[in-house]
Order: sequence, then structure tokens, then C-alpha cells
Amino acid sequence: METRCPKRPTRRQFLSSVAFTVLAGSAAPVLARSISGSLPWEVRSADPPVQVRPGGWLFFTPEEVTTMEAVVDRLVPADELSIGGKEAGCVVYLDRQLAGFYGVSSRLYTSGPFLPGLPTQGYQKPETPAERYRAGLAGIDAWTRDNKGGKRFSELSPDEQDAVLKDLEAGKISISEQLDAKSFFNLMLSNTMEGFFADPIYGGNKDMASWKMLGFPGARYDYRDHVTKHNQPYPLPPVSIAGSTEWITR
Amino acid sequence: MTTILPRKDVVIVGLGWTGAILAHELTEEGLDVVAIERGPWRDTATDFNIGYAQDELRYAIRKDLFLQPVVEAMTMRNNTSQTALPMRDYGSFLPGNGVGGAGVHWNGHTWRFWDTDFRIADHLSERYGIGKIAELQLQNWGVTAQEMESAFDRFEYLAGISGRAGNINGQIQEGGNPFEDPRARDYPLPPMQMTYAPTLFAEVTRSMGLHPFPTPSANLSQDYINPLGIAMGQCTMCGFCERFGCANYSKSSAQTTVLPVLMKKKNFEVRTDSEVLHVDLDASKTQARGVTYVDTSGEEFFQPADMVLLCAYGLHNVRLMMLSGIGRIYDPNTGEGTVGRNYCYQTNSGAQVFFDDKNFNPFIAAGALGQTLDDYNGDVLDHGPLDFVGGAGVNCIPTNGRPISTRPTPPGTPRWGAAWKQATVKAYKATLGFSSQGSSYPTRGNYLDLDPTYTDRFGRPLLRITFDFPDNDIRMSNWVSDRLEEIAKTFGGRQYVVNRRKKGWDSVPYQSTHNTGGAIMGDNPATSAVNKYLQSWDVPNVFVVGASAFAHNAGKNPTGTVGALAFHAADAIRQQYLRTPGQPLVTA
Repeated sequence: METRCPKRPTRRQFLSSVAFTVLAGSAAPVLARSISGSLPWEVRSADPPVQVRPGGWLFFTPEEVTTMEAVVDRLVPADELSIGGKEAGCVVYLDRQLAGFYGVSSRLYTSGPFLPGLPTQGYQKPETPAERYRAGLAGIDAWTRDNKGGKRFSELSPDEQDAVLKDLEAGKISISEQLDAKSFFNLMLSNTMEGFFADPIYGGNKDMASWKMLGFPGARYDYRDHVTKHNQPYPLPPVSIAGSTEWITR
Repeated sequence: MTTILPRKDVVIVGLGWTGAILAHELTEEGLDVVAIERGPWRDTATDFNIGYAQDELRYAIRKDLFLQPVVEAMTMRNNTSQTALPMRDYGSFLPGNGVGGAGVHWNGHTWRFWDTDFRIADHLSERYGIGKIAELQLQNWGVTAQEMESAFDRFEYLAGISGRAGNINGQIQEGGNPFEDPRARDYPLPPMQMTYAPTLFAEVTRSMGLHPFPTPSANLSQDYINPLGIAMGQCTMCGFCERFGCANYSKSSAQTTVLPVLMKKKNFEVRTDSEVLHVDLDASKTQARGVTYVDTSGEEFFQPADMVLLCAYGLHNVRLMMLSGIGRIYDPNTGEGTVGRNYCYQTNSGAQVFFDDKNFNPFIAAGALGQTLDDYNGDVLDHGPLDFVGGAGVNCIPTNGRPISTRPTPPGTPRWGAAWKQATVKAYKATLGFSSQGSSYPTRGNYLDLDPTYTDRFGRPLLRITFDFPDNDIRMSNWVSDRLEEIAKTFGGRQYVVNRRKKGWDSVPYQSTHNTGGAIMGDNPATSAVNKYLQSWDVPNVFVVGASAFAHNAGKNPTGTVGALAFHAADAIRQQYLRTPGQPLVTA
């Protein structure tokens, strides 16, 4: 049986409840503080990551899950080098990202006017990643229904799916009025790779599959004993921020 | 309503490298100092926690420690014929946020700019004739390397820089940089132990007659106790340096070198999560009265002070001057006005060599662990027969093997699917990268001002960056890239690729957080915003400290020179300004 510690208060909650006046900001309240006379340090004031637990969907609909799982299994196919994107948890990763601050662009500059920009000026549209996925995944299924005999993307053969993705990547097909297919493909690709290669605590990269594939030791943090062993394989397996599955007795 | 607070001797805007150094120096003088910092308090144990500091997604991809565009964005365009639009996410450069500033998440390359940089206009016109630099707006900085030597020395000893001297009092030292200016003594620590890639780079380039040497590094090669008595630990080469805080107390920053002493002083206070809106001037606009800031409740405070030190990131210093009416904003049409003038960047290119039979273990790395050669940098090379001025340091400093972003593949590799995966696995450990970090020289049309359309959350105009790589710098970078190609060939790998710098600065892919200029130092108030002591010509009780003072950018990382300028300004304040407060240290 899994035992879990009670959720620790975040630094902000702790400070606001104990020592400092809360000054409510617009979106995310943070604290103005005056510090003098010593280095401030409070127990339990760190802000550790929250581990993603698979199970249920916070952002995607069941239809979107089916389409997205088919997409990530083509971007990162299962083969002798690693498990595929679906089994690795890339869609779980994406779901939690899109349900969080990333999905709604809350850290970005989202004030207008929204004008068409030059490529050197970066993304200039008002749609957030969450809105782009909502429109983009529906658009892909609508396109395959219209052009591939009424089938959804997930119902196509792997070769047919690859062909559709290549056309999206090349900007050869249009899936939505407001959404640029090429830029949506690039968004899916970069997010899928994030999920596959990020620490497993974020829901993708199950059992550090991608790290084992590359030989990346993960969160080890101290290589002093190997730095001068030039051109020699690093001997230890990877560890995650959450530890290693190999530490667990099965 | 604005709450008026009790007066302080000195108010400092921003508590990063320069703010911390100035605060330490001026509190030693007995002054009552308050620093006002927009971001949060940050310390090693809490915020760069060894249990989860090594989180690529959080810190490198989602950029947890950086300034968020929702707090302050900037607009950009390549030239005045374009309409500037906001960088809705920061990409090409990543300003810092919070206590420690960008000094928290830098890599740690710690250079001294050359005497030929500080006297660049005189030096180049004497050597090549004035016509050679006619298309550029190059200016002397008003100081010499000799004047700056002790300030460089103090910054390097404060920070425990690991390196090997190349020139001690004119004596060339074996294994160091033979092209550096004379220094009074060696670095406080020896160079870091080298990983495989820079070791090979040194062998190959030395065989070509070039002069590689260990990059001076703020990732410490050994345990160290600095002159303030603060202890630091040996770098573990974890591979999570740039974009991350260091959990080992091994990377020099305000946190690891100054704050443990500064924070204990009774005459120092920092107010965090508090954003300075502007500097308040008196009716004559020649003296600052203090600063107005807003805390997170939205309440405004006026902090009266006898002196104001702008120690924010260089770009923010410039914007604050503009928002406060300190000096006159630069106009590229007339060339008049000084605030916003001579904005420069960095002109980089890179090379990769793909091998079949080598294992570089790319994850064993540190931000500044590597080798550099200066044979093509600054004015080391004779530009007489060449169609450009300036140059580049050539660096083999593999900083990480973090797999979300560091997955080199040869040209022509698909970006996904089975073939992508095979090529990625094959190249991950067997690829050696090196790069050129090129100078960026000022032109009349590259500048900073205030955007006419876009505003921040307080309704203040955003900073507008108008910048493209000058033709001179593109010619320089191409020439240096030819040299990279010669080196790449000599490695004898299976395949190599050289990525050249092209016209059309792109704000999206990361390039460098080395934004310089805009409030430049100099000897003429018509062409510089601050004098040689970083004192505003227009408002003499304001000092503006940071890379904003660089009259151009060299082919070197700026932090060493930024740190030295902080000590240089501190000396001027302690030894001269405090005798006649409010008066200019240089007569225009």
C-alpha cells in the first residue's frame, strides 16, 4: 500500500499564514518582504515539484486522448530502442501541462493589439496552447474524415498517419481557419519531446525510458569521479528526481 | 495614495551582482542602504534545492527562475521600417528575476575586456585609419585596462574564479591566454579538470598553431573561502548550470559570495517583490529625490534617498532612466540624445563534429568548463587586410547533456519517427560542439527607446529594441566561421556542420543574454549617458551600473567586466563622491 505524507504547505502558504503580511496581487499573490539583519530561512519554505500521477484526464476529452495517443506513437514510435510515446506517458504529460500555467500562457505577455508579425518576432496570436490543442486535434480528425474515407486519425494505418503528419509538418494541409497547421505540428512535436525526455515526475518518460535509451544519467548531480575518464562509458544507470525504479523491491 | 517612507542614504534598484557589490561597499562606508528588488528572495538551500534543482523542464524549458513576460515584456524589430511587436515569450535572451538576478543562472565565463576595447575608437583609428570604422559608432569608454585592473582582480577573487593567467605583469605564462592584458597576479583557483571534448579541442587547435587555454570559470575547481570569509564548494560538473541555480555553492553569485555577509549588516535592508516604477527627480531635473515603487498589493511607496544606484539588468536600467526622465532619449535620425544609444548584442556562430568512435559523456559538464582561444578575437588579429573590425572568442565549452534541448543530429535527420530516434541515439554521446562568440559593434540604427503602443501591467511603455546584426559584424562572423570550419575539418570526424550567423536578428531561438549598451559610459556627455565612474551626466546623484554602460560588446562574456565596473564605481563613490555629494565627478 502506498503511504503518502500529508501535502506540505507551499512556501507562500506557509509564509502568509505565519510570518508575513499577505499582499494579494492580481493573478498569483506573492509577498512583498523586508529582510534585514540575517539571512532569512524558514523550514518547509521550499517549493518542490508536484509529481504527476497517471489516471484520469484534466484537460483532454476522450476523443482528444485517442487522437493524441496516436500522434505521439508516430512521433516517438515503439521499437528496439525504446517504448513508444503513448506507453511512455507523453499524453499524460501533455494533459497536465495543458491544464496548468503553460496551457493558459499565464506567464507570457498576452496584451493586445495582436498584429501579424514577422518570423523574427515570434508567436503573435492570442490563442493559448490549450486553445490550439482543442482546435488542432479536432481539425486533424475532421481533415482525415473528409479526406481518408470517414476515418479518424487514430483509425488510419501507421503509414497513413505518418503521411498526414508529414503533410502537417510541411504545411501542405489546412486543418482549421485560425490555426496554422505547421505551427501546430511544431507545438505538438516540441511538447511530445518535452514529455518523453523530461524527468518522469512530469508523467512522460516512464521508467526513464528515454534516458536509458540515450545513456543520460538524469539527476545524479556529481560526476567528479568520472570527469577525467575520457572516452569511457559512464557506469551508472539513471536516477530521477523521484529516485529510481530499481530501488523498489518488486 | 503614496506612502512616504523614512529617508535612506542610498537606494539600490535590483539586488543582483552589481547591487550586492555596491551595497557591500557602501555599507562598509557606514551608509544606510536599502535595495528594492522586483523579484523574490532566493537562497541556495531553499530555491536551488539539491533534491530537485536538476529539473530541465522546470528551469530550462519553463524558465522558472527568469523574468516572466507577464511581468515585463519588451518589443523588438530589426529596423525602423518595421513595427515593433512584443516578445510574448522571451527566447533570444532571458533576463533574470529575483535576488541574485541573472547571476543566479549564468554559466560563469569570467573575462576581462581588453585595453583595446576600452580605448577602441582611438586604438582602431590609430592602427587602421578612421575610415576603417566609419560605418560604426565606436566610442572610447573613458577608462583604460590599467585603471580597471584592480577592480577586475577584486571581482575575480570575490568570485573564486578558476583559471590560468596568461600574462602576469607582462610575463607570458605557459598554458594561459597569451593575448590577455597584463594582470597583477594569477587567478585565485587553478583551472577546472577538463572533460574529453575540450581536451581534444585543445590538442587539435594547438596542432594548428593556435593558443587554447582553460576558460576562466566561476564554477569552482576547488573549495574556496573568499575575501569576505564566505566558503564555497568544488563544482561537481552536474551539467545543470546555465538556467539553473547551483545547489552546491559552487557557482559564484551574489548568494554564494556576498549576501551571507551583507544580510547580517544592520545598515542594510532588501525589500523583495517590490517593483520600482521610476526615479523621482527634483524640479530642476538634476537631482534624484528617491524612487517610487509598488509592492504586490499595488500600494505605492516613495523611498527618499540621497543617492540612487540603478543596478537592475542593463535593459531595465535603460528603461528606468527613460521612464524617469534622466537624460535625453537617443534619436537615431539626428544621432542626438544618449539614453538608448549604442545597444549591442553578441554575434555568434557554431560548429558540430559528428564522430563514430568517441564517447564525450556530454552530461559531465559545467557552465564554464572548457577551452577558449583568442587568436581571432578583438584586435589580436591584424585587420589591415580584412574587410571588418572585431572578432570572436572560439569556445569549446560543452555545458550539458540535458536531453530535452541537447540532442544533436546530423543535417538531414528527420525530426521524429524511427529514423530520428536512431540518429539521436547515435549522435548523443559522439558529437563535439564548439562555437564563436563574436563582438557586436554599435551602429547609428541599433538602439533602445520606449514603445509607442505596448505597455506593462502598470500602463508604462515597454522597452523597444531596434536591432539587427551590422554588416561589419556579419563579415566578421563569416570570416571567423571559416576558421571554425578549418578546425572542424582537422578533427577528422565522420561529418561536420557549421551554422553561420545571418542578417535578421531572430528573437525566438536562444542566442545570448549579453544585451549591452543603452546607458553607455564615456568622456563626452553628448555621446554617453554616464561618465567614466558610471555617474549620470544629467543627474549626478544617480549611478547606473551594469552592462548598460558598455560602449560596445566584445567577443567575450560580459559579467567579469560588469563586476569590475561595480567595484570601479564603488571606489569612485567611496573615495571621491562622498566628499562632495551630489556633485559631478567629471566636469563636462
